[in-house]
Amino acid sequence: MLSLVWLIPALPLFGAAVLLLFGKRIGEPLAGWFGSAMVAGSFVIALGVFADLASKTAEERAYTRVLWSWMPSLGVDVALLANPLSMTMVLFVTGIAALIHVFAIGYMHGDPRFSRFFTYLNLFVFSMLMLIMGDNFVLMFLGWEGVGTCSYLLISFWFERPSAATAGKKAFVVNRVGDFGLMIAMFLIFNETGSLQYHAVFRSIEANGIASSTATAICLLLFLGACGKSAQLPLYVWLPDAMEGPTPVSALIHAATMVTAGVYLMVRVHPLLELAPGVMTTIAWVGALTALFAATIATAQDDIKRVLAYSTISQLGYMFLAVGVGGNVAAIFHMVTHAFFKALMFLAAGSVIHGMHGVVVDEQNMKWMGNIKKWMPITTGTFLMGWLAISGFPPFSGFWSKDEILLDAYKENKALWVIGLITALLTAYYMTRQIILVFFGRERFATDSHADAHDAAHAPGHTPHESPVLMLFPLGVLAVLAVVGGAINQPFGGKNLAMRLEHWLDESFIPGTEIHAFVSAHGSVGSGTKLTLAVIATLCGLAGIALGASQWLTRTSPESQAKLELPLLKRAYGVDAIYSRIFEVPGRKLSEFLAFVVDRRGIDGVVNGMATLVRGGGTQLRKLQNGYVRTYALSIAGGLVALLVWAIVRTGF
Amino acid sequence: MLSTVLAASEGSAAVAFPLLTMLVVFPLIGALVVMSIPNTRVNELVLPLGLLFSGATAALAGWMMFAFDKNEAGFQFVSKHEWISSFGSSWHLGVDGISLWLVVLTGFVFPLALLGPDERHNRRAYTAWILLLEAGVMGVFLSLDLFLFFVMFEVVLVPMYFLIGGWGHGNRSYAATKFFLYTMVGSGLMLVAMVTLAFLARKNIGELTFDVTKLAEAGLSRDTSRWLFLAFAAAFAIKVPVFPLHTWLPDAHTEAPTAGSVILAGVMLKMGTYGLIRFGLYLFPEASTWFGPVMLTLGVIGILYGALTAVVQKDLKRLVAYSSVAHLGFIVLGTYALTNQSLSGSVLQMINHGVSTGALFLLVGWIYERRHTRLISDLKGIQKVAPVLAGAFTIVMLSSIGVPGLNGFVGEFMILVGTFVDHRWWAVVAASGVILAAIYLLWAYQRTFHGEPDEANASQIHDLTLRERIVIVPFLAVIVLMGVYPKPFLDRIDPSVKALITHVETKTDEREPGPAKNRGATAAGSAQAEGHTASDSEAHSDASTTEAEGQ
Repeated sequence: MLSLVWLIPALPLFGAAVLLLFGKRIGEPLAGWFGSAMVAGSFVIALGVFADLASKTAEERAYTRVLWSWMPSLGVDVALLANPLSMTMVLFVTGIAALIHVFAIGYMHGDPRFSRFFTYLNLFVFSMLMLIMGDNFVLMFLGWEGVGTCSYLLISFWFERPSAATAGKKAFVVNRVGDFGLMIAMFLIFNETGSLQYHAVFRSIEANGIASSTATAICLLLFLGACGKSAQLPLYVWLPDAMEGPTPVSALIHAATMVTAGVYLMVRVHPLLELAPGVMTTIAWVGALTALFAATIATAQDDIKRVLAYSTISQLGYMFLAVGVGGNVAAIFHMVTHAFFKALMFLAAGSVIHGMHGVVVDEQNMKWMGNIKKWMPITTGTFLMGWLAISGFPPFSGFWSKDEILLDAYKENKALWVIGLITALLTAYYMTRQIILVFFGRERFATDSHADAHDAAHAPGHTPHESPVLMLFPLGVLAVLAVVGGAINQPFGGKNLAMRLEHWLDESFIPGTEIHAFVSAHGSVGSGTKLTLAVIATLCGLAGIALGASQWLTRTSPESQAKLELPLLKRAYGVDAIYSRIFEVPGRKLSEFLAFVVDRRGIDGVVNGMATLVRGGGTQLRKLQNGYVRTYALSIAGGLVALLVWAIVRTGF
Repeated sequence: MLSTVLAASEGSAAVAFPLLTMLVVFPLIGALVVMSIPNTRVNELVLPLGLLFSGATAALAGWMMFAFDKNEAGFQFVSKHEWISSFGSSWHLGVDGISLWLVVLTGFVFPLALLGPDERHNRRAYTAWILLLEAGVMGVFLSLDLFLFFVMFEVVLVPMYFLIGGWGHGNRSYAATKFFLYTMVGSGLMLVAMVTLAFLARKNIGELTFDVTKLAEAGLSRDTSRWLFLAFAAAFAIKVPVFPLHTWLPDAHTEAPTAGSVILAGVMLKMGTYGLIRFGLYLFPEASTWFGPVMLTLGVIGILYGALTAVVQKDLKRLVAYSSVAHLGFIVLGTYALTNQSLSGSVLQMINHGVSTGALFLLVGWIYERRHTRLISDLKGIQKVAPVLAGAFTIVMLSSIGVPGLNGFVGEFMILVGTFVDHRWWAVVAASGVILAAIYLLWAYQRTFHGEPDEANASQIHDLTLRERIVIVPFLAVIVLMGVYPKPFLDRIDPSVKALITHVETKTDEREPGPAKNRGATAAGSAQAEGHTASDSEAHSDASTTEAEGQ
């Protein structure tokens, strides 16, 4: 199967091409099924490749397939790399993507651009796979920009809505800031090592070393790129707005896959990162602070998807925290479990939105929901699995992965660990608030306090309805994964069962070097401490749940609820406004100054002025051509004299 | 002049069939034939005949592309005939890796530019001017004789002047005159410098000649070549255009008819960058190196300035014009960074820009044909009523933004990587242009294509017609092909670029003995990347120089 590795990205690319050209003719729902089949095909092949790779000895678990030469003078090929890290990613990406494709067949039902949606979705999966499987920085960058482009296309999918169009553009531009860092990092890497191929770069660094300042610069710039793609401080601002996209997009791109690319990049370059300890610390702190920062905002949001968006930013912060303290396995582990439970919750939220469609105008506002469990029991049940997983309730998947991150943080720096704990508590709190507002309590869509102000908001006779099987099936699968997904790296059961992911990732080497292809956190603590830490983390989660439940089950009036939602948090600290004042307004002014003052009046003014001068001069000079011989004779004489003077001066007379 | 050419025997030519001569002559004959169409049959004959001649030229260019030997760094298909022998000027054409793709691009852009826009006004003269223009542009890219080059460079001016003046929009006569005068100033400087060069070089060469390969060995004093370089560079910088000599471009682009804009952006701007490489670097290597920092800085300023001014443009065509200023800044940057990667990237980027911006102007032209406005504020929600047009625009826009997988990225990336080696901060500042490109294009796209179309847009705008689709598809195909598999292009560009770089380095070292540590690092870096040793590439380029001389 290894030699078929090229099919993994090729299938979705083929799907995108077919749908682009013939999507309209294929129509609904066949276009959706076709797109889903392509991704499912990738998943099946990935399973085969995975099995092949697993059957080899740890040293041989790296397979590179060069397809063709891309930029010959830079030694950059279009080549795919299958190793434990990339295949782990490929499996969960294709698996979840296939489920979300199926979900979208139901969710996008009736959309006039149904087939176009699956074109973009397939193109996204292709790009994501290139990002993961590219064997060099440039091909990774192709995927990186590719997912960004698809993200742009999908966020602004409903482009008739100005907010969607703006959000798509914002995502692209903010990401470009990070990409700028990534590009400079690549220039530095090429300059330093003469290559952009991962293994060659690491080999060169092992053989020739690298100045620590250079390593620091490279890693910081790569991290800037990661901050853009993975929505970390200070470049996170695009992700909440990205919720303008259809919900399957939010689940696939803005929760499970694309936004984890930054984490993946950091893990991929860990041999470099280890040479820049200062950057590691930076990453850990940025991650921890982002986790806390986003979690606080999530406590005061009303939009069902925005809560999840800030939650995603926060969870990504956890992953960076893990990377920063050297916990690469923990980061990847949490990436996988988070993909399960966050994709689940997004899809379930999508199911709710779908069910609320036509019931209220703002179908995403949680304050207009309530008691949805009565109407949508299956959706509710699956969402609750996600809620328990993200709250770190044992033995749900999130418990294991979050616990490992906190453990690694504890080993490195107690302050980071405390921030992680507070975030865990906040996470459990805002998720509890969310499920209570959405699924429990009083129905606010029929007889709610907004009714007077928004009479038109209600369409009488419409009630929420459970989603079709097509949407419930993926929810079910993801719910199971959210519950048991932690099994891939749980610590019990001896060598054959415990820490499977860690063993799988940890044992391989970068070909031709002594460098581990993957490194997990060093340092160890006793099992007693481990247990204590796990208990503390769990208690934090439970405390969050208890706090959330005690407050939100009892506070039913908007007035009493408002007391818990700080205005500053509701406005998300006003960061958008600040950025607009710092960057957008002065940038616009500079542009206008350059375009209308410097260019139009300055440079063009000089040009036109010169033209006027020449024209005026011509008018004056014309007077010399007056037809009188004596005038001409005079000028000839004058010219001769001038020439003479010049010649004399030249010869140094 | 032409009768002389045609009368000259082709016997001495290196290739039996005078391929390159035909590339110039075909469109010229086409222009004459089109002019002689009788009044009564203009409507039925003018487009087919125009397409026939430009299509035949494209076919010849295609043939040349396949016959081109990619292992050869020197000039190929050389054709040399006596022309004005008393003046030392000859009909001397040749093509190498640097001009190959420009010639091919010219061959393909012209028929598409003829077919694309739906021009109704005085089509006979219009088509004839375009064909004459093609002959001139071909001549510019093929000339190996400086005087012949100059003649062609001037020939190009005339049809473009009339195209803008005769078929342009509102402020067309201002724009046409501005375009003409701007370029004439540069041409004047170049003419003086060219004649001076030939006469000064006579002493060392032993004869009066305008043969570029001979003039490259003129051995002028350092100061003289620096002055001459300045004059040449000024002429080319206006044509590129390099900041701050660019203000003719937005006016010319905005007022020109669609075909004029497509040709202007597609091939004519490259006459400037091509001139900087072919004549600037080749004839004045030391001066090019000496002025390098200035040119690099102007290139970077162009990138940022063009992008920043593009952001707030109200006219869609003007916006694309300013984006051209930014993109051409990259080409200037790569040229004067003088590494194998950056210069190859620049040569490739000339093609990329020609294809992408040419396509952008076509698309904007089609919007104008439907809506009769170019003002962004008048356009809205086009994507809803014209999804295919919007899709094509999106792909071209992404290529222009430099999204990898499409053509623009490959050139930009090579330029920046190559520039970074010796000119780190220039590359860093230039790279920030990628952020700005996303801002001005995406914002323009959002305002014109997104949103709910209002009444005027919904009723007037319809999707691309079959003819328009046939025209745009080749552009899109090349955009993707060059992005995914640029190797065939680069394979043919690289040998000539390497030879040129070596030429520049040896010539510069001859005059400035002493360690050139930066350049040493460059050579080592690039050699490492390509698996060649430094001596290897030197030997290679030596061979090519002698071959070029031998012809």
